[in-house]
Amino acid sequence: MQGSTIDPAKTALNYHHETEAAAHHEEHPDHRLFGLLVFLGAESMIFAGLFLAYLTFRVVAPVWPPEGTPERELLVPGINTLILISSSFVIHQADVAVKKNNVNGLRTWFLATAVMGAIFLAGQVYEYNNLEFGLKTNLYASTFYVLTGFHGLHVFLGLCLILAVLWRSRNKEHYSGEHHFGVEAAELYWHFVDVIWIVLFFLLYIL
Amino acid sequence: MTQAEWQSTTTPTTEGAIPGQRKWQDYFTFNTDHKVIGIQYLVTSFIFYMIGGALATAIRTELATPESDLVSPELYNNLLTVHGTVMIFLWIIPAGSGLANYLIPLMVGARDMAFPKMNALAFWMVPPAGLALIGSFFLEAPQAGWTSYPPLSLMTGKVGEGIWIFTLLVLGTSSILGAINFFVTILRMRVPSMGINDMPLFCWSMLAASALILIGTPVLAGALILLAFDLLAGTAFFNPTGGGDPIVYQHMFWFYSHPAVYIMILPLFGAISDILPVHARKPIFGYRAIAYSSLAISFLGLIVWAHHMFTSGTPAWLRMFFMITTMVIAVPTGIKVFGWLATIWGGKIQLNSAMLFAMGFISMFVIGGISGVMVAAVPFDIHVHDTYFIVAHLHYVLFGGSVFGIYSAIYHWFPKMTGRMMNEPLGIVHFVLTFIGMNLTFMPMHELGLLGMNRRIALYDPKFATLNLVCTIGTYILAVSTLPFLANAGWSWISGKKAGNNPWRALTFEWMTTSPPAIENFEQLPVLTSGPYDYGLSKRNPQMEPEESRSNVEAPPGFIPPEEARAGSPEP
Amino acid sequence: MKIPSNILTLLAGVILTLVSLWYGQNHGLLPEAASDEAALVDGLFNSMMTVSIGLFILVQGVLIISAIRFRRRAGDNTDGPPIHGNIPLEIVWTAIPAVIVLVIGVYSFDIYKAMGGFDPQAATDPGITQIAMLPGESVPGLIDSSSQPKPRHAHNHVALGVGAFPEDEGRPADVNVDVMGLQYAWIFTYPDSGVTSGELHIPVNKEVQLNIKAQDVLHAFWLPEFRLKQDAIPGRDTELRFVPRHIGTYPVICAELCGAYHGAMNTKLYVQSQEEYDGWLQEQIASLNDPNQAIAMRAIAPSESRSNAEFLAPFASQMGIDTAALEQLHPQHISMNR
Repeated sequence: MQGSTIDPAKTALNYHHETEAAAHHEEHPDHRLFGLLVFLGAESMIFAGLFLAYLTFRVVAPVWPPEGTPERELLVPGINTLILISSSFVIHQADVAVKKNNVNGLRTWFLATAVMGAIFLAGQVYEYNNLEFGLKTNLYASTFYVLTGFHGLHVFLGLCLILAVLWRSRNKEHYSGEHHFGVEAAELYWHFVDVIWIVLFFLLYIL
Repeated sequence: MTQAEWQSTTTPTTEGAIPGQRKWQDYFTFNTDHKVIGIQYLVTSFIFYMIGGALATAIRTELATPESDLVSPELYNNLLTVHGTVMIFLWIIPAGSGLANYLIPLMVGARDMAFPKMNALAFWMVPPAGLALIGSFFLEAPQAGWTSYPPLSLMTGKVGEGIWIFTLLVLGTSSILGAINFFVTILRMRVPSMGINDMPLFCWSMLAASALILIGTPVLAGALILLAFDLLAGTAFFNPTGGGDPIVYQHMFWFYSHPAVYIMILPLFGAISDILPVHARKPIFGYRAIAYSSLAISFLGLIVWAHHMFTSGTPAWLRMFFMITTMVIAVPTGIKVFGWLATIWGGKIQLNSAMLFAMGFISMFVIGGISGVMVAAVPFDIHVHDTYFIVAHLHYVLFGGSVFGIYSAIYHWFPKMTGRMMNEPLGIVHFVLTFIGMNLTFMPMHELGLLGMNRRIALYDPKFATLNLVCTIGTYILAVSTLPFLANAGWSWISGKKAGNNPWRALTFEWMTTSPPAIENFEQLPVLTSGPYDYGLSKRNPQMEPEESRSNVEAPPGFIPPEEARAGSPEP
Repeated sequence: MKIPSNILTLLAGVILTLVSLWYGQNHGLLPEAASDEAALVDGLFNSMMTVSIGLFILVQGVLIISAIRFRRRAGDNTDGPPIHGNIPLEIVWTAIPAVIVLVIGVYSFDIYKAMGGFDPQAATDPGITQIAMLPGESVPGLIDSSSQPKPRHAHNHVALGVGAFPEDEGRPADVNVDVMGLQYAWIFTYPDSGVTSGELHIPVNKEVQLNIKAQDVLHAFWLPEFRLKQDAIPGRDTELRFVPRHIGTYPVICAELCGAYHGAMNTKLYVQSQEEYDGWLQEQIASLNDPNQAIAMRAIAPSESRSNAEFLAPFASQMGIDTAALEQLHPQHISMNR
């Protein structure tokens, strides 16, 4: 299997990194981002499962949406979609800012994202209130509410993350160009929520 | 869960106490030490195992006679539902998590898991969920089977079914959090000298199992969310009365629950691959084949789920597709089994309890594997689906496989976990009783199923009475067989023979530290000087000299050299 | 006398093959095969059994021989030979199972096809249809159009169940029976005559098609002696089509957990000669004209035994029949549990 001595190449390489090693002495390297990615991978499987269930209902049903389902208007959801998609670009600016050690920039952009997220959620609530079908009207209505509701829950969680970062960043020292995992995590999560929405919008409104 | 993001990864500082000695109170706290969590998982799951076993004994006592006389038919369905759920979600899966928690950091030379707090959180979700499920007996227990197919599950009682869904959602979340930890720890926290092809095989199999958990469990969660809406909010996703489709639930359920079988058996495949070479004093035969076959099983395990639905709403061409993929799984599984056989062949086998259970594992698992290929064949499965043949098959895989594997792993790693040896004669008595009881209980079920006895029934045709009585006697033997184990484990933990660091003269990292290991596992992180299974090589040096190991430590903990550094490492 | 090990191996291989071949044909594990389909399935099972026994003996043999021959002797603390693998050997034991499962796969495919598993006759599944609500089950807010059948759309739905033999495809079956599964009984309706029964009577050597439905929850219609099973799914039609070959009485079993009394949900299948079958049918048609019986028949739980009748009573009363009527109407019924 393996030789009984250390490979010279490895030793040399380790030596090369010794300075860095000393800096991080007895401290675990940061695996949180990788962990978050793995988690988001798992999370996306819930949505994948729900989306496929929706598609199956759709394919198996003789008429889809079932007869008598009222028409949905596309204006509010369309605007909502645009807001959510553009918020992804906005939150990215925060990342750019914090990498330049610009904590004020981070705060501004995060605040903007939070507002956009809140508008999206408000738009969802507005849409729910104005729809002519309820949760139990038919299979289409049920899937519509559960899918958008479950996504809305994720938007809400993402919003909480953003607000938490904002809260923590009151202390200007908390985030810096080197240490800003919280910012990255919130951003990544927000992008994830955004991508899910695009798929969901296509499935529920366009298709 | 979003705790991951806010996780602090600093580990507790080493206390000056005797290495590895934990106060007993530590095991009842929110402790972030992976070794404490590992033991918490193992002990908790074993308690649930005994509860599940008691339920099984009640079921078999009812089935000792053809009449429905011991328990009411509703209670019978409660028993079988909770038995299945407990054994799968509260015994085998958490026991695998326990082994993984204890062993992975030690095996890869890490000081703890990647996310210790999340790890503790994942464990502490298990007891409340389990208690809720068991407690449901006092309120209203679920009675739609562990598969909980709608529309039946929507009609048998909201409270019981609601508790069942809650339990599974919590345990599923716990399982996902655990899997993230295993995945990241194995991939990112190996000592620099350990390339991915130098990992102990247990790590490989946990990698494969974690991938399955991460892909499969969320889909189950999705199904359960929809089921909960049907149950509590009155929607009709799975209720044909409102235009829903119960078959969609089956697809979503089995998309997780077939891989769940591999989630339950893969960790033990890995454990066996680690145990056999130690006690046979021979290198594992075909390291890479066994390692990669875990990944192959993991991948194939994701595309076979509808073989549970051959007689359900599965169209002909899908039946054929899932038949072929299911049969193909026999190939990577066969690679493992033949590899194990070749490992022990020609070795110097120490027939101790760990090895007996490991060999028993192969022996029993092969029976389950063979009947698995049989039931993959659609025309035959149409006959035996939902019969005792399936009950026999799944118990040969999960009892003969997973439970034997867990026992083997406990006998093997007990000295490391507690610093004390287990009693051998008691261990052998335990093995003999378990082996006899297991075969007496489950072998006749094959015949029962073929003859026409369906599963999940409290009363049956009197022509099946004799065989059922044999099964019931076997169950009692199984129930008794846990007594020597409990006595052994309890007594040995307190006053067993001192084990020393490496009683088995094994080569993997967990044996290179004290028994039980110190709080942060290693005084100095070990360096890979030989492969994990290099038995019989003159160069190898099982008892590593501390001086030598110190002089070799130059890399920062957890640092992995880039691929180029490993390119020159010799082939296995 | 010392026999060279390769001779021993060869001998063991021959014995193993012979034992497997013999046991594969003589295991005696299966019940009577009452149809052509059953004979086909049994052939498949026998050949899988042959391979399985071979594998079983091989693996267990290696384990036992290892445990005896390669036991560590006392005081021997050395290691075994450092063999890390053997690529040709590994290829062989990857290839052999691959070939075996390929052969079994192709064989199963053939059997399935020969049984009628691909019969397009079953392909008229209209998909999910909304079923009538159960008494006592109300799902408020759901569509109320259950009285109006939905228009059938030209969805190309796939077959569920086992259809006709390939040579009979497209030909209607000789006898059609509609099967309805409900908690906890099977109701058989003969659409040609309108006869409804709690037991299934079919003529021997005639092709029979069962159109299976479920009223409340999932059930599974299982005929062990015919090796046929198909889930009864509420809102979906499934079918089983077969030719009974032996006169006799066989169990009909519900194989899918359907509630507390799932174990009691079984009845009898009578395969009769054409004359007996016709006689039975005439008798049923005659009793159909008696209005009292006709109403009760519809909701009869056919599987009552001394214990079954008791626990079916609440369900019967729910349907508006009293237990006495149940007992009276089925005096000839022979319980499975007797």
